[in-house]
Amino acid sequence: MKVSNTQWKEKLSGKMPENLARELDIYETEIALRKQGKIDERLFAETRLRRGTYGQRYDNGQRYDGTKFQEITYPSGDLTKGPNTMWDAPGMQRIKIPGGGLNADQLETMAELAEEYSDNIAHVTTRQDFQLHYIHIDDTPSLMRRLAAAGITTREACGNSVRNVTACPYAGTCQDEVFDVTPYSHALAKFLLGHPDCQNFGRKFKPAFSGCAQHACGLTNMHDVGFIASTRNENGAQKRGFQMFVGGGLGTVPYMAKLFDSFVPVEEILPLTQAIARVFARLGEKKNRNRARIKFLVHDLGIEKFKELVLEERKTLAPDLRWTDFVKDAEQFVEAPLRQAGEWPSAASEGFQRWLKTNTRAQKQPGYVVVTVALPLGDITANQLRALADIVRRFTKETIRTTIEQNFVIRWVSQNDLPEVYKALEAVGLGDPGAGAIVDIVTCPGTDTCKLGISSSRGLAGELHKRLAEKSYQLDESVQHLHIKISGCFNSCGQHHVADLGFYGVSRKVGGFAVPHFQVVLGGEWEHNAGSYGLPVAAIPSKNIPQVVTRLTERYVADRTHGETFKDFVKRVGKVELKKALEDLAKPPADPSDRSFFSDWGDPREYTLGDMGVGECAGEVVSSIEFDLAAAEREVFEAQLALESGQIEKAGKTAYQSMVHAAKALVKINHQNISDDPGEIVAEFRTRFYDTQKFWDPYAGGKFANYLFDAHQKASQPHTGDSSRYLIDEAQLFIDAAHSCYNKMGTAVGV
Amino acid sequence: MSSPINLQHVNVKLLVKDPESVDLEPLIPVFHSWIRDHVFDELLLDVADYRHVHEGPGVVLIGHQANYSVDNTDNRLGVRYNRKAPLDGTNQDRLTQATRAALTAFQRLEAESGLKGKLRFGGREVEVFINDRLLAPNLAATLEAVKPELQAFLKKLFRDSEYSLSHGADPRGLFAVAVKTSREFALADLLANLAS
Repeated sequence: MKVSNTQWKEKLSGKMPENLARELDIYETEIALRKQGKIDERLFAETRLRRGTYGQRYDNGQRYDGTKFQEITYPSGDLTKGPNTMWDAPGMQRIKIPGGGLNADQLETMAELAEEYSDNIAHVTTRQDFQLHYIHIDDTPSLMRRLAAAGITTREACGNSVRNVTACPYAGTCQDEVFDVTPYSHALAKFLLGHPDCQNFGRKFKPAFSGCAQHACGLTNMHDVGFIASTRNENGAQKRGFQMFVGGGLGTVPYMAKLFDSFVPVEEILPLTQAIARVFARLGEKKNRNRARIKFLVHDLGIEKFKELVLEERKTLAPDLRWTDFVKDAEQFVEAPLRQAGEWPSAASEGFQRWLKTNTRAQKQPGYVVVTVALPLGDITANQLRALADIVRRFTKETIRTTIEQNFVIRWVSQNDLPEVYKALEAVGLGDPGAGAIVDIVTCPGTDTCKLGISSSRGLAGELHKRLAEKSYQLDESVQHLHIKISGCFNSCGQHHVADLGFYGVSRKVGGFAVPHFQVVLGGEWEHNAGSYGLPVAAIPSKNIPQVVTRLTERYVADRTHGETFKDFVKRVGKVELKKALEDLAKPPADPSDRSFFSDWGDPREYTLGDMGVGECAGEVVSSIEFDLAAAEREVFEAQLALESGQIEKAGKTAYQSMVHAAKALVKINHQNISDDPGEIVAEFRTRFYDTQKFWDPYAGGKFANYLFDAHQKASQPHTGDSSRYLIDEAQLFIDAAHSCYNKMGTAVGV
Repeated sequence: MSSPINLQHVNVKLLVKDPESVDLEPLIPVFHSWIRDHVFDELLLDVADYRHVHEGPGVVLIGHQANYSVDNTDNRLGVRYNRKAPLDGTNQDRLTQATRAALTAFQRLEAESGLKGKLRFGGREVEVFINDRLLAPNLAATLEAVKPELQAFLKKLFRDSEYSLSHGADPRGLFAVAVKTSREFALADLLANLAS
């Protein structure tokens, strides 16, 4: 689109790393070839995805306007950039920032790109990346060249590749860390980027580093491979290494990573990860992308067998100097401050005090603090990025990082400078207190821009932020530190499983119309690198979620015992009781003329899949289906309770039954006399809903139906704690999908 | 009239009257209705809500050829037209096109009942940006190069009324000039001036 696109290559010649410049020339050629129809759309899609260039909502050429679908006639006509993805449709560009580390020039480059190619907003993600939205694909080569000239690549920011290597943003400054993981995370990121052994995965692969086990900052438990710093005594000397974990991941059904080795010497982390990558590439699922993450491979093989295979693979690797050539420098790596260490400010205004309390964290180096810059919904403007560049130049040696809570941290701020830093941040609207607190809500893009979004996670986050910020100073101290995380769908980009109060988008039918809902997820733990995963308690209409937050937090304040965490409170009070407390909020509006429930936060369009006419005869059938689906939901909840009380076998069996009952509810639509035999129900479901693709999710395909088929196939097998846990999640997702399927069927149900 | 600088991707922002009285939330359904009703020849696609961002782009109507927004960058609230797709013609044509689009959008917004008459043109302040640093870096030299073009255009827009012209100093920003007239203009008058 930009007139200057033809000029950037020449302008930046010699300023980009040679290999990157060459890659981008190739990418530009591929764009030209696709325009000429000389590259298949699927191949081109993977090509651009591996450069972080995604599709975005409405890129299939249609948009629902609140009453009907309208075709979008893009100027490039039928030209596509992937299957069902129109060329001219705006897309999203993800930009990898290893460990979140940036310098001032890079912040300024990001500002320029946000202004010129996007909508003046850069968005920080939950994996320390940036995302720019509404980007035209024709602009991406110039955008990438400008990033390359600033030392940033978007290579492998998406696709079936090694994604951004994340790391604790406090690394090197944290009082509780074992050692600074920064140089090790950088070494791994550099080593794996474009590595031939990482080009044939069935799905993505996400590494993470943490300097300690107790805090959340690295979230290593929910990563494909996770490293926690560790040392051991070897011949009287402290030897550095890592606890290494593998097979974690959120996604639809979250898996907790398994301990691969309690101590891997630093010289071994690269070759061992390479060996893992090779095993994953060789044995990981390729055809069914819904079972293709490494967590499934580790689960299916068992950690011991997986480890055995990896260690065998390790023996076959040809030595590579890169495995160890960083180690000496890494041990000596240290960031330096720009300014002298200082004293904690003595007198301060009320606003400054609040900010000091929530947005600063003492470094292990006396006299210095890490300052957190809280970004609302992870968004920042070009002017703010430039102001941040000025601030980090003025007060630090440009030591700034993005965080997995969608914020920035400025490291090595002298305590003497805190009043001036606060003043400078406040001047550009970046001085809000509440970093890491309940107002600092994490959210994925949801229905704003994501093709997979079901409910408006950003709309809800914005509303909750507004309401909580208004009363944040009055909130009880115990509530101030809770974490709210929201995903627009079951895919967990908002990390809802590891929040105190997690929400993910689902849809339900009320009075014949689709209503945006969120599943309320309780029991997750953010600390201890994502110590435990929450489970859904109830689906509540989007518009009632603020009341859910109020009710649960008020109950927590009133009933908590001394020092009790929210997770422990949920466990003690019990999900039955908490679900009961939310029961009235799950109901449809008492006044049927209240249409506010039928649209989502921040989006006035009626939330429906099309005009729905429901005849009287169908009305009875509809009631029956809804009743059956509700019964299935009750069962999966009972399965949760059984699991929590240690009745593993019962939990697994009940979760399986809930799926069968949900399947039966759908089968009954056109086959009223279906028996109670699970075999017959599953077979009928397969014929009527799977083979016909009626049950298929537009993006997940037959994934949720396969949960039922797998569970049915394994119905007679005994359950373990893990398998019951996974089955409960799968059952809930299957039931959510049954609701969606029923919603989509719309008038067809009324036949 | 020809400038050595190709003025593409012109942005025009018309500053509003009494910005503190403007609530941006009602803009969201208005912009959705513009998409639904195809109110412009341009292809309109989506609405982005950035009200939560300090001095940000506000509420943006995303289009293919251009974005429309009620933008609060630099704490100056205004209706902004951001031309994305290149345009043929002369620099005067492109300045005219972007300004006309901004004026037309503002006129339509003033008439929207959902906004309750609170979004009104201030009548005196216009900002012009070139959203492409390679074409037009924000330098004094760029201003000198485009000044004759701008002056010719502003003469047409404001007739012979006096105006002051200021230029943003930060070389990292977009090339931008702020124009302030000595008297107030109505949107219709400015549109008429461009048409004549």
